[in-house]
Amino acid sequence: MDRVRRLDATFAALADPTRRAILARLALGEASVSELVRPFEMSQPAISKHLKVLEKAGLVSVGHDGQRRPRRIEAAPLEAANTWLEEYRRFWEEGFEKLDALLEDMKAARPTRTRAKRERRGR
Amino acid sequence: MSNPQPLKIFPQGEREIVFTRGFDAPRALVFDAMTKPHLVERWMGPRGWNLVKCEIDLRVGGKYRYVGKRPNGPEMGWGGVFREIAPPDRLVCTEVFDDPWYPGECVITTTFEEKDGITLMTAVTEYVTREARDAVMKSPMESGVKDSYERLDEVLAGAAQGA
Repeated sequence: MDRVRRLDATFAALADPTRRAILARLALGEASVSELVRPFEMSQPAISKHLKVLEKAGLVSVGHDGQRRPRRIEAAPLEAANTWLEEYRRFWEEGFEKLDALLEDMKAARPTRTRAKRERRGR
Repeated sequence: MSNPQPLKIFPQGEREIVFTRGFDAPRALVFDAMTKPHLVERWMGPRGWNLVKCEIDLRVGGKYRYVGKRPNGPEMGWGGVFREIAPPDRLVCTEVFDDPWYPGECVITTTFEEKDGITLMTAVTEYVTREARDAVMKSPMESGVKDSYERLDEVLAGAAQGA
């Protein structure tokens, strides 16, 4: 997944209140699916569905602890969402790429001295 | 199209952010492209973005104002006042956003050095405090990202409260 799509997945996962509550619970420590179901007025399949979305977005991982499959919060995508500087860079870089194209047009419209000289020589 | 020197953005000292970028054109053209409204509106902002307002009164004490938006997106406006105009090598102006995410206005000193037909632009943006500078290094500029941040804040606030 490229960075923008990964961020989209992160933010889409965060858009739902149940998923935010699950993350808030996991931020306190790992928990099994049944432990996660308890505080919610929701069925286990419904909670599992939300967990799948969180896992897909990379926000939650599944641990292996004997028979248990505890869910854990993953900090990296949340940190990536915080890397604003990259967005700032993109804002300007895309503008400057358009400026490169504009400068090419301007150079073509206003012949430089070398080009004028070359044209004179060619005559 | 050649890109002699890619964009670099980095903090400098306590209160500055520096942008450097090379352009394959003489600096007189780069200076014009950055200060004439009919040229600025052709490049300012990322892809898919348009300047819906671009006003530049290029004289010391004169103002400039830009408003940009994406199709169906919110508008983002900013502007400032020119403090020094020395074409083609130096331009100093202030900058403040309509919806600022850092305190105070900043001062941008842009210099253009030309070598073998390549112009190196260096723009030093000076903020009023270190906190303002650091806020810009970390904060979202586009509201889509800002909305997402608010959601992220909720998650983190919820976690802190032990929700």
